[in-house]
Amino acid sequence: MKRVLVGSFATEEHILGAARAAREHGLRIADAYTPYAVHGLDRAMGLRPSRLPWVCFGLGLLGAVFKLAFQFWAMAVDWPINVGGKPWNSLPAYVPVTFEVMVLLAGLGVVLAFLLRCRLLPGKQATPLFRGATDDTFLLALERPEDPGDVSVVSQLFRDFHAVRVAESEL
Amino acid sequence: MTEVYPPLRQPLVAGDKSLADVTQEVCAPLERRSTALWWLAFLAALSLLALGVAAVYYQVTTGIGTWGLNRSVGWAFDITNFVFWIGIGHAGTLISAILFLFRQRWRTAVNRSAEAMTIFAVTCAGLFPVIHMGRPWLFYWMLPIPNTRGPLWINFDSALTWDFFAITTYFLISLTFWYVGLLPDLATVRDRAKPGWRRRLLAFVSLGWNGSYRTWHRYETLYLLLAGLATPLVVSVHSIVSMDFATSMLPGWHTTIFPPYFVAGAIFSGMAMVLTLMLIARKVMHLQDYITVRHVDAMGKIVLATSCMVGLAYAIEMFSALLSPNPYEQFTFLNRAQGPLGWGYAIMVTCNVLLPQLLWLRRFRTNLAAVWVLSIFINVGMWFERFVIITTSLERDFLPSSWADYAPTSIELATLAGSFGLFFTCFLLFCRFLPMIAIAEIKGVLRIGREGPAVEPRDPASAEASALAGVSRLDGNQGVKP
Repeated sequence: MKRVLVGSFATEEHILGAARAAREHGLRIADAYTPYAVHGLDRAMGLRPSRLPWVCFGLGLLGAVFKLAFQFWAMAVDWPINVGGKPWNSLPAYVPVTFEVMVLLAGLGVVLAFLLRCRLLPGKQATPLFRGATDDTFLLALERPEDPGDVSVVSQLFRDFHAVRVAESEL
Repeated sequence: MTEVYPPLRQPLVAGDKSLADVTQEVCAPLERRSTALWWLAFLAALSLLALGVAAVYYQVTTGIGTWGLNRSVGWAFDITNFVFWIGIGHAGTLISAILFLFRQRWRTAVNRSAEAMTIFAVTCAGLFPVIHMGRPWLFYWMLPIPNTRGPLWINFDSALTWDFFAITTYFLISLTFWYVGLLPDLATVRDRAKPGWRRRLLAFVSLGWNGSYRTWHRYETLYLLLAGLATPLVVSVHSIVSMDFATSMLPGWHTTIFPPYFVAGAIFSGMAMVLTLMLIARKVMHLQDYITVRHVDAMGKIVLATSCMVGLAYAIEMFSALLSPNPYEQFTFLNRAQGPLGWGYAIMVTCNVLLPQLLWLRRFRTNLAAVWVLSIFINVGMWFERFVIITTSLERDFLPSSWADYAPTSIELATLAGSFGLFFTCFLLFCRFLPMIAIAEIKGVLRIGREGPAVEPRDPASAEASALAGVSRLDGNQGVKP
């Protein structure tokens, strides 16, 4: 649990400005809560690009290699069937299923990875504090500085960017 | 001299709406009682579904002799319906994935319902091959699972096996894509719901989404990845469906043009179905500000483009057949246009190629009633396209002694009606219980073409500074919303 100061804003410009200014002041941004994916807020918050594409790529590769090997084994090694005299190991015929399994594994796997990474789990309760963020409120949660002097910097910063409301909470 | 610049882009959402207005207007239909009109439509759809269930029960318990198939026509109604429905599904993925990659922001108003339509259409499509097996309880034999027959594996060289994998993957990926898109909106509906079972259910399925931007940041990446995967997938699915035909040796089926021809036809028919549903839904559910004439105009252009592709495919198919030295090929195409099913060919050319040419006219594209009527014609035309392709080739094969005509039985017609019942039942339930417009995505494009407020921070000098004056304690059990 860390103590945070939460400013709520009415528009994306204000939260963008506040997030940029907070980082310039050396304040630590715990998180932001927004009704939609505000463009540029990731840069303003200094978030690194997600590593999900690697998960997706790895799983896709795994699916494709596994399925290609399986088809080859099933069709040419384990129980070869003679279909119209076609070669048992006709690789072009394996392309469609290999592609489908690659997409299936990469797609379902990356969603699962996303849900686990973001800890979005069935039945998990959302914090009531941020309820407005699913409607029309933009919330910026800054870690509460140790020094009381810096706390005034935070509330001043929130006010400078037209914060509608400021609250203190635990995250 | 002051210069006035016109806004670079037109607003995507009509009516000067705030973020809260969007939430309110999209969620309102879910929170009030069902209207009489909804009940009427729902009961009608449910009756059709019941008819279909009865027909399927009868044909499964009696046997596939209840169909009008004969010795040379082994595929007809079932496979026509299968291809028809799978094609309908393609528009949803086009809108959700391909237009997303092309940064067509107008897609946000229609993508949710088009994706839902995809899922329901693929469900309908998937049922037909299962029914067609005759022994549907053995459908799991399609899976490559260890078994007591050897283990004898399924034949991975067969286009029908490819098809099974393509449809299954398409269904699962579409469903996942749709659910991921729904997550933020389910949270929005949850936060508006009164305490009770509905709220608990929504809390369960929204997975604790709270609008965290760290989550949003990853969500954007995830959405892009899924769009990137779904785009080649949607092209592969109908290509593989077309290979069910193209890998056979039958004249009229054995052509290399089939994959692109089928994909263009699928998007064409799917867009027509989107228009059929959206034009009614926007009126009945008062979503005119979200699904505007501009959206219909844009979709009309896609319909026109794909109609021309389909028309080109018809022409090339006929041209190559007549030019070929193969008499069977020549006969098949002349028979298709002038034989016993010539009327079906006439319907398909009229509805799919000739009538959509009206969409060149801007006045036609923006006339919603006219576009709706046209969309019905296209739905009919595309069903006939599949029927004509499948049946004419089978009715007249290489040996004139085995020629036979095909006519559907009442059981087959009832099954088709039942699939429409299933589709509309699912769609009506969707309209009633889930947000039909992607709320979070609409909020993201709400400001396009409009002035935003000033970005500059307030003048620090005028701010009455007192360290914690504005800070109030909050114990986390009440909303922050002002």
